[in-house]
Amino acid sequence: MFGDFIAVNAINFEVKKGEIFGFLGANGAGKTTAIKMLIGISHPTSGNATIAGFDIYKNTEDIKKNIGYMSQKFALYDDLTVRENITFFGGIYGLSRKRIKEKSTTLIKELGLEDVSKNLVGSLPLGWKQKIAFSVALLHDPKIVFLDEPTGGVDPITRRQFWEMIYKAAHQGTTIFVTTHYMDEAEYCDRVSIMVNGKIEALNTPKKLKSQFNVESMNDVFLNLARG
Amino acid sequence: MGLKVNNISKSFKKVNALEQVTFHIKPGELFGLIGPDGAGKTTLFRILTTLLIADKGSATVAGYDVLKDYKSIRNNVGYMPGKFSLYQDLTIEENLTFFATIFGTTIEENYNLIEDIYVQIEPFKNRRAGKLSGGMKQKLALCCALIHKPKVLFLDEPTTGVDPVSRKEFWDMLKRLQTKGITMLVSTPYMDEAALCDRIALIQEGKILEIDTPKSIVKHYPKPIYNVTANNTYKVITSLNMYPFNHSVYPFGEHVHYTDKRDSFNIKELHNYLEQNGLKNITIQKTKATIEDTFMELAR
Repeated sequence: MFGDFIAVNAINFEVKKGEIFGFLGANGAGKTTAIKMLIGISHPTSGNATIAGFDIYKNTEDIKKNIGYMSQKFALYDDLTVRENITFFGGIYGLSRKRIKEKSTTLIKELGLEDVSKNLVGSLPLGWKQKIAFSVALLHDPKIVFLDEPTGGVDPITRRQFWEMIYKAAHQGTTIFVTTHYMDEAEYCDRVSIMVNGKIEALNTPKKLKSQFNVESMNDVFLNLARG
Repeated sequence: MGLKVNNISKSFKKVNALEQVTFHIKPGELFGLIGPDGAGKTTLFRILTTLLIADKGSATVAGYDVLKDYKSIRNNVGYMPGKFSLYQDLTIEENLTFFATIFGTTIEENYNLIEDIYVQIEPFKNRRAGKLSGGMKQKLALCCALIHKPKVLFLDEPTTGVDPVSRKEFWDMLKRLQTKGITMLVSTPYMDEAALCDRIALIQEGKILEIDTPKSIVKHYPKPIYNVTANNTYKVITSLNMYPFNHSVYPFGEHVHYTDKRDSFNIKELHNYLEQNGLKNITIQKTKATIEDTFMELAR
């Protein structure tokens, strides 16, 4: 609660291990407030939550070690090279030098970036940056990774390569928490919740939500809910 | 009138931002430029609004040449850039008055053009632009771009970062403006917005891939597409990627879109293959190509 304004009002949900969960809402619906509470940088006025088994009041440091985060707006340093970015974030996450070196080499190879590993990240196309950013968010093998509008504006082919990476991480047991207001991203999630004015108004698989509202796309589901 | 672009090329250092771009827009048409970030959309907008000079080629906007008649173009076009570029320290009303004044007009003179948009933000007219929500900023920017009654309106990614409700409202506004005879060029990275335009050009890496109506453009897709689903999407993708006859495999929301190299594709055979890969609840159904499928096939 901020002053008299209730940003997030008594929300309840559970996300399974290895699930791709979409957290949707219009601008100002309360998404950011909810996420700040989930990652332990803001406290709820009331209620409780655990992230990867850790309590959001007591174990905030454990939470930070066990989550990854990637946003469309900020993810990597443009004036560091690909390898420097990996080393930097590896250091932040407390990985040993040896581990960072191993991880950098595998990551650069897997993404096919051998030729550009010494190039500044700022000089790379957006789609590449997003793929590197996602890999960096997974460097410390987090149990949950939070993705904020991860593929907005990216070309359709790269975007699909990106979703393949997300599916792969989920398949290997990482829980994926996607916040977005791009409804085509919502279509890829196992389940989605839709927040309207601080409350979760819908929570189900995209398929079931579409049939519930008798529409063809998540965009139409959203329009139905947000307009009341 | 309308807009003509002939063989426009532009490069920055080593990057070819635009390569021989050609298209014509009819008067009163709502034309969409559809492509991802870095495709060259903004460079093209800047050339057509006379803020940048092309290396090669020519263009006319509302009958005026972008080089010789640049002053006339500036008086006859409205430009809503992708990045919010109004004065954050001025109020809604002050911004609008400012833009009316520099074009030698008044809010009252062309009020009928902006009325149905402006009434939505008028209750907040004394609020500074920097304090507005995304949807409200966008409406104000549109009003400012319209206040001098332009013949051609340029909208560069007007809906980026805006939620679906505001996006829908914005497109409804554009449709209403179209009835007032304004020619519009709008760019967007969202394929679903393409369907709302009269005609669209698909653009990637500075090149036009195809131009047509949204309904017809999907007819350029050369192959039948199949929706594939099973109990594990990741395994569907990896299995299909290893299937020797695949032409393309793209995740598409809850489905995977699959096309086959062969002319004689056998659903049963693929079904068996997926089953052998340990998948269950397999469905394979023919589906229609979308604008996004078409874009990807052309961009390959």
